[in-house]
Amino acid sequence: MGLDRGFGPRPSADTDALDERSRQLRRLIVRGLAGGGRGHIGSSLSLVEILRVLYDEVLRVRPDEPDWPARDRMILSKGHGCLALYAVLADKGFIPIETLDGFCRKESILGGHPEARKIPGVEASTGALGHGLSIGVGMALAARMQRRDSRIYVVLGDGEIDEGSVWEAAMCAGKHRLARLTAIIDYNKLQSAGPTREIQDLEPLLDKWRAFNFAAAEVDGHDVEGLRRLFRRLPLADDRPTAVICHTVKGKGVFFAENDPNWHHKAKIEADLVTRLYAALE
Amino acid sequence: MRNTCLDMVHELARRDPRPVFIGSDLSPGLLGAMKTEMPERYFMEGIAEANIVGMAAGLAMDGYMPFVNTIATFLTRRCFEQVAVDLCLHDLPVRLIANGGGLVYAPLGPTHLAIEDMAIMRALPNMTVVAVCDAPEMIRLMDQTLDWPKPIYIRLGKGGDPVVSRAENGFRIGKAIPLRGCRAPGGVALMATGVMTAPCLAAAELLARDGVDASVLHVHTVKPLDDEAVLDHARPARLVVTVEEGIAIGGFGSAVTDLVVGRLGRAMPAMLRLALPDAFPTKYGVQGDHLELFGLTPPQIAESILQALARDETPACS
Repeated sequence: MGLDRGFGPRPSADTDALDERSRQLRRLIVRGLAGGGRGHIGSSLSLVEILRVLYDEVLRVRPDEPDWPARDRMILSKGHGCLALYAVLADKGFIPIETLDGFCRKESILGGHPEARKIPGVEASTGALGHGLSIGVGMALAARMQRRDSRIYVVLGDGEIDEGSVWEAAMCAGKHRLARLTAIIDYNKLQSAGPTREIQDLEPLLDKWRAFNFAAAEVDGHDVEGLRRLFRRLPLADDRPTAVICHTVKGKGVFFAENDPNWHHKAKIEADLVTRLYAALE
Repeated sequence: MRNTCLDMVHELARRDPRPVFIGSDLSPGLLGAMKTEMPERYFMEGIAEANIVGMAAGLAMDGYMPFVNTIATFLTRRCFEQVAVDLCLHDLPVRLIANGGGLVYAPLGPTHLAIEDMAIMRALPNMTVVAVCDAPEMIRLMDQTLDWPKPIYIRLGKGGDPVVSRAENGFRIGKAIPLRGCRAPGGVALMATGVMTAPCLAAAELLARDGVDASVLHVHTVKPLDDEAVLDHARPARLVVTVEEGIAIGGFGSAVTDLVVGRLGRAMPAMLRLALPDAFPTKYGVQGDHLELFGLTPPQIAESILQALARDETPACS
């Protein structure tokens, strides 16, 4: 891969490159979005292939026994991307598909940020940014003490890692050599206010994680084969935690939303927009 | 009190597989015996309170009972969001052991004074807030932590606190302890938490010399408040007095006032709240200097009560 420092493997901007499964999961995201009339759509669309590959091929979890003690743990630290997680949990059978229709509604279990005590398969309530990696550190330590072979995967947003607590957790994970712990960064290069390069530049991001004693690699976060190849190699080292930087596109799959910070979050979503979103994902 | 508390962490860890200790850059050799005996359950981490609280949450989610220890201000102000979201929202059995509650760190200045810790911890759903009065009571509290399923904020005193608790009174989280009764209705009902119980007992003795009958209720658990004990104590009293080593806003006195106002309505007795003012302390010195500055020594407590009783009209809440 030709790496352009600071940009990494360029993710494909070609919507047609997404296969039917990726488009189908995105249509479930739109179903949730339509149900609630709102949601962090751009932040969810960039996550789909990361979660898809994790849940399809990496995580040892049981939808019919979500609290199975020996399971792997996946924490969506960027909790605002929850529509993608809900879509995958529905697809996998953790929750009924129709639950998506109640997104953000009064009696629903699916809120605008995921809650562990309500939703089967959600390990930690997130939404306030910068919490997930520390919780993952604790879970990895617990697994080590219990001599349990669980792996802990924490998915973070790029804007999220502006938070100092992320780097407190990274130092701690490095110190404890938590090989069971993998941080996955959804690096879509756009935070709420604009490009990360302008708001809070993260580069050199790969070097940062390595400096914190992580084994680190980067990948096109929409390239399912590339993600498979990399995730199958996890952990990348047996004496350190791993960081995987996934180069992604905010709004990926919906051509009129891609790379546009205005699609970070949308409210008051009307039926005609839902129709356009579905049409873009056919 | 602090040493007793930490020694109990080790003791509990011997008895039960769940307790682990997490410190944030504390004294060299702290809990050295535990570290030697069970190194895998002893974590001395860096100066990163947000991380250690989140880490404690992760450990608790997978079956452990972390006892997290550092200076009270850092354990409350610095990582308030982690305490609120990671511990309280998930309702996890993590114990926050807060060194230097109140004015203990007076010589170190306002960055180190935990004057609003009780107020902000009390404001969090699912949080239990406890301030025991002496080392023997700390042992009794720690014994019970193994069976308490919720997060607990444990405020520590300076150490060497006079022993006023009594074994025969027992101890249950959430149950206040009457340490001194009134001879008849119409007396003064003193209520205190933490190390302020001892000066209240001394103040009650002073009041007795002046012919004023005063009871003392030791409310070690500020949340959940022992509603019935507080109301039973308040109902027959002419004056209810709350005494705390913290700011008045939102603290122990607020808890008692909210309860009494809400439940007794027009039948409520007069109330006097003795607490710290709404300001960062500007002096140094030692804890005792500050207690005197803020009118919280036994003679000052007694004098404030006598003044309140002497007022012609019902005293307003102060």
